[in-house]
Amino acid sequence: MFNKILIANRGEIAVRVLRACHEMGIAAVAVYSDVDRAALHVRKADEAYPIGAAAASESYLNIGKILDVASRSGADAIHPGYGFLSENAKFAQACADAGVKFIGPTPAAMDAMGSKTRARQAMERAGVPCVPGTSRGVESFEQAEQVAARIGYPVMLKAAAGGGGKGMRLVHEPVQLKSALEAARSEAERSFGDSEVYIEKAIANPRHIEMQVLADEHGNIVYLGERECSLQRRHQKVLEEAPSPIVDPDMRRRMGEVAVRVARAAAYTNAGTVEFLVDQQENDQQKNFYFLEMNTRLQVEHPVTELITGLDLVHLQIRIAAGEKLPFRQEDVQLRGHAIECRIYAEDPDNNYFPSPGKITLLLAPSGPGIRRDSGMYEGWNVPIDYDPLLAKLIGYGTDRNQAIARLNRALSEYFVGGIKTNISLFRRILRDADFCAAKLDTGFLDRMLQQLPNDPVDSRAAEVAAVAAGMFAALGATSSGKGISGACTTEAEHHASNWSSAGRREALR
Amino acid sequence: MLYDVTIDGKNYRLDLNHAEGRWSCRLDGRELEVDAVLARPDVLSLRIGNMAYEVKSERVANDLHLWIGSARFAVEVRDPRSLRGRARSGDERGPRKITAPMPGKVVRVMVREGDEVETGGGVAVVEAMKMQNEIKSPKKGTVRKITVREGATVNAGDVLAIVE
Repeated sequence: MFNKILIANRGEIAVRVLRACHEMGIAAVAVYSDVDRAALHVRKADEAYPIGAAAASESYLNIGKILDVASRSGADAIHPGYGFLSENAKFAQACADAGVKFIGPTPAAMDAMGSKTRARQAMERAGVPCVPGTSRGVESFEQAEQVAARIGYPVMLKAAAGGGGKGMRLVHEPVQLKSALEAARSEAERSFGDSEVYIEKAIANPRHIEMQVLADEHGNIVYLGERECSLQRRHQKVLEEAPSPIVDPDMRRRMGEVAVRVARAAAYTNAGTVEFLVDQQENDQQKNFYFLEMNTRLQVEHPVTELITGLDLVHLQIRIAAGEKLPFRQEDVQLRGHAIECRIYAEDPDNNYFPSPGKITLLLAPSGPGIRRDSGMYEGWNVPIDYDPLLAKLIGYGTDRNQAIARLNRALSEYFVGGIKTNISLFRRILRDADFCAAKLDTGFLDRMLQQLPNDPVDSRAAEVAAVAAGMFAALGATSSGKGISGACTTEAEHHASNWSSAGRREALR
Repeated sequence: MLYDVTIDGKNYRLDLNHAEGRWSCRLDGRELEVDAVLARPDVLSLRIGNMAYEVKSERVANDLHLWIGSARFAVEVRDPRSLRGRARSGDERGPRKITAPMPGKVVRVMVREGDEVETGGGVAVVEAMKMQNEIKSPKKGTVRKITVREGATVNAGDVLAIVE
């Protein structure tokens, strides 16, 4: 087993991995950029090394600096978390060359899955169902026209090197094809340095369901059940759950076996996720699933799988990387209960979900039955402007879906993050939505829900409570800013006002 | 102690006094039985009658909000004695400061000093967390002053421009 693991990441996932290290008696080495000195992962680490400027390319994406810390600290393995260098085959190779174990798949397996067209080719050879389309980049507009006509509109143009919705265009009719192709190509070139674009049939309002797999370095591969990830905004997942409400044991077994075949075809090791699109026609019990891509890393949403399987995926990742065999077989994997994860982002629901960095002035965190919170924030911390706005993940677990929803609703009402805006209110809306509660989910769900006005009854009593509370706060002289509560004074009169209110406070407390 | 309290634009007059361990409270002349414990800074445990509330206070730049459960209220509290003869800073007729709602980098200034802007017209673009946000003018008027340059880093509440 390893003695010391370097965590090449930040935020909640760095804390998550660090906790697993400590649970296993392994020392944890943090790295941090200039704006992350006060970050939670640095506070909790055994050793911490600065690696440069805030820009990720200068720090968390800088392979040379991270390997230098590995060597200076004597770490014998590196956990990349998700994002940053986690799916970078060059990094995995550089780790191998430096004699440090990369906790993840081999560079060859990452390469095989890194290009969506190459992955499709490999999967077609392995007999895995793919969405109808091309498995090579389109060479010309004429070819694109022919392919689109053959598979039928609407079609989706996708960057081979893509991810996160970049280089993607939905095309409804032939007249849109030319400009969409040009736009997708130039966006792919700008985002990934690779303009290769391929065509797939667009599946209307599909579900996005993914299968977790684990593979050891001795040829054993298991699947750990699916996650339903259909709730997305701008192709970014917002809420995930396991198991999927529409997957029955037979479909789970078929998807799981395909996922294992995918992993085997890529000679995959460690934790990975095979993503599928699932189409479900109205009044049609037939559910088809198609291979979409394989994510060669630990996923953000891994906790929902952990809760329903009782397994710790990060422990298992570390044990697999240390050369151990999987400690269980497929038939030992039993799913129990239901788990739902809310991704708490620093973003403003009232301002088109624009990022909202800044200082957290107040943090009240939920706890209690069936609640897990994986967080990278703390009260008094300044959320930097430089990175992904994911602050924490709140995960509810229950014996069934309804109980998991009820517990999450309860926990969300306890959760308070002051000083910055978060999307906590979005989850209150989702969890109370009739379609969500009925498990009618697809990738268009959130956009449709957000087009309706929130149905928030204004409680006149609550306004009166606020009025009394405002006076109480002023009388007790107690807000964190130290200014008292004397309102939006921005002129010279502010001094008078605060003098008055402090006099008033003395009076009131006498 | 008298307070003029504005909650989401609605005015209340609150008379709140504390004597011998008891609060007395009149809200717009109505007597309320209240008591309160400051559980920690910014968190008030409030009872009105036998109803119990946990109230959170949040201040960002110059904006104050109170949260009752998951409902958020914009709050202003004034001691009426301090206000005599003072023009309100948020006066529609006076100059208005346009501030950055979040920390970030000014990627574009969209107006020049002397320009006319409409209510809701773009003034500057601030980038944070890889997203760009257009900062709009809260009123129609003339740009009196621009206080930031493109490329500058700003904090929440920093003044970007003044419109009159």
